[in-house]
Amino acid sequence: MESTSHAFKDNARAALANQTLQKAMKHVKTGFIDKRAKARARLPEFDDLRDVARDIKNHTLANLDFYLERYEEKVIASGGQVHWAPTGEDAVKTVLDICRRVDARVVTKGKSMISEEIALNQAMEAAGLDVVETDLGEYIIQLRKEPPSHIIAPAVHLTKEQVEADFRHHHRELPSERSLSQPEQLVAEARQMLRRRFLEADVGITGANFLVAETGTSIIVTNEGNGDLTQTLPRVHIVVASLEKVVPNLEDVSTILRVLARSATGQEFSSYTTFSTGPRRPEDLDGPEEYHVILLDNGRSNMLGGEFQDMLRCIRCGACMNHCPVYHAVGGHAYGWVYPGPMGAVLTPNLIGVDEAGHLPNASTFCGRCEAVCPMRIPLPKMMRHWREREFERHLSPPAVRAGLAVWAFFARRPKLYHFATGLQARLLGRLGRAAGRFDALPFARGWTQHRDFPAPEGRTFQQLWAERRGGRQNGKPR
Amino acid sequence: MAGERPRVGLFVTCLVDMMRPSVGFAAAKLLEDAGCTVEVPQAQTCCGQPAYNSGDRADTRALAEQTIRAFEGFDYVVAPSGSCAAMIKEHYPTLFDADPALKAKADDLAGRTWELTSFLTDLRGMTAVESAFTGKVTYHDSCSGLRELGVQAQPRRLLASIPGVELTEMVEHEVCCGFGGTFCVKYAEISNKIVTAKTDFILASGADTLLAGDLGCLMNMAGKLQRRGAAIQVRHVAEVLAGMTDQPAIGEAADNPARRRA
Repeated sequence: MESTSHAFKDNARAALANQTLQKAMKHVKTGFIDKRAKARARLPEFDDLRDVARDIKNHTLANLDFYLERYEEKVIASGGQVHWAPTGEDAVKTVLDICRRVDARVVTKGKSMISEEIALNQAMEAAGLDVVETDLGEYIIQLRKEPPSHIIAPAVHLTKEQVEADFRHHHRELPSERSLSQPEQLVAEARQMLRRRFLEADVGITGANFLVAETGTSIIVTNEGNGDLTQTLPRVHIVVASLEKVVPNLEDVSTILRVLARSATGQEFSSYTTFSTGPRRPEDLDGPEEYHVILLDNGRSNMLGGEFQDMLRCIRCGACMNHCPVYHAVGGHAYGWVYPGPMGAVLTPNLIGVDEAGHLPNASTFCGRCEAVCPMRIPLPKMMRHWREREFERHLSPPAVRAGLAVWAFFARRPKLYHFATGLQARLLGRLGRAAGRFDALPFARGWTQHRDFPAPEGRTFQQLWAERRGGRQNGKPR
Repeated sequence: MAGERPRVGLFVTCLVDMMRPSVGFAAAKLLEDAGCTVEVPQAQTCCGQPAYNSGDRADTRALAEQTIRAFEGFDYVVAPSGSCAAMIKEHYPTLFDADPALKAKADDLAGRTWELTSFLTDLRGMTAVESAFTGKVTYHDSCSGLRELGVQAQPRRLLASIPGVELTEMVEHEVCCGFGGTFCVKYAEISNKIVTAKTDFILASGADTLLAGDLGCLMNMAGKLQRRGAAIQVRHVAEVLAGMTDQPAIGEAADNPARRRA
């Protein structure tokens, strides 16, 4: 998808002014956070499992070539095909080639962030394919022609009233007097509309939560069952997954699954955890005739061995954004590309460049709540800071910020001069602000005083007062 | 070591030094009450976070080196701020990978550095303070202290020892106030949204005093509360623990009658 990450500030401003969005975003706070906290409390070994999960992924990433080749062998041995895609374009081309070869007309899709990353829907539609998103949230945003605003809850930015209006607009064949005010009614209607499409589909495309090297299995974790219908009913199943989804064996999968659903939705386990190994075998009652896996790199191998490697542990649970005050404030679309929130702030500059996405790692208070809840213990603030360092080194940070920082650092690195200057400043501001105790406008701090008052300093610095009051007794110089 | 009395270097923090020296004196009193000798090295300025979080590694290292030098020889270094203490304790040791000698010094300083309320309770075993403060207070957990240093129970334990203090928790007391250092001016509208939500919860708590352990967060929340016309008083927790609340609350004028409670 086309990025608007460079316009993050404008996007954020619009999001803050959008009352409907602000209403919808309240659910993120109330829904996800409490559920995760309760799920965590019910599992005393949760934090130990996070350590184990982290170690599994670290081991895998350290031996990624080995496990990927092993995975490929196993897929081939089970009758499937593996396509290596260095770039998004390669992956898209592979999908289109397969669709063309099997003469596909209708393509159903399970929820996949990778397909958003490589703009697969747009390419398939341009090629004349009828593409149907089958996850409820994805179905809704496909009707609205919007990108997802959350990696596990793509339509979380919408209210149910908006969804009702969309359904009435798009499902013209249904009786207009029907009731759609309850979420269950919306779900039932989507199910009714989608059922026919599942049966029509020639190709089903899913992502993968895990690729198992030991068995050549791809695994999806869902709650609606749409993924199962997407991958078992059509003649062809295509899995589009990025390299780092591979894990060594089924035991590892079950460990990571224990932290995944709890972190994501607060469930102990998702409703459906579906394992796919190869195409339909002669004795199978159903399943696809062809099974393809497209392994996408798209910049990830560049992250190996560098300061962003830890990001490749991400299992896309969404806990970081669910707990992020910035995400709560502006929603996912403001981030301007596929991956929002803290994980997006680290990953997006890796994938589309820090020149385009430079705002994202800066738009964080470093409150650390994302790292505190991350099931894979990814040091998200630390990696956002790495981006800030790269931006600073490359002079990408705003000139005004750099200039201010340079002046401040010049003084801060010279304690005597610094204390002289802060003494003057404290006295001046203290005197100006004495009557009111605070300022409602300050010319050099508009970003602050636009929204809040600035307290007046007491008038003398601590260092001055300490020297006066205690100077006789202690000189303050370390021995 | 000066016999039984450990020698503590007070890391004042740049905000306390410039904006609110009374917090520094309150911290010094608490440290002395806890049986320590307090000294204030003049060669300190700022821990370097503004540079660190702006990606400016060179100035960060220079300021870290300056702090390391200024606090050589002290038994402990204590800051009335979870954020600055965490900078020294958690981040300084990561700055000098290429310089083993400095890395060793950074590690050494990190091992001696404490956030004020954590030092008083966890290290010095203080369980009660003497303070005549009275009020219904609510406590905001500043992010760095909470998540990097585990400061949460310590200030509350000491507050509970003050007979006149009633603690009423706000909803989401562990959620960021939106300050974030330079974040609050670089992304002013987002910061405003976050601090608006925070002050909603502060006001809903019914407290008459808001306390926290970090002056940056306190200035942010006080500024928003005052812009909203709220009468709630905002103070650093050290002021209340030390019983040193003669100064007007943050952002209040000296002649504001609202602060003159018994």
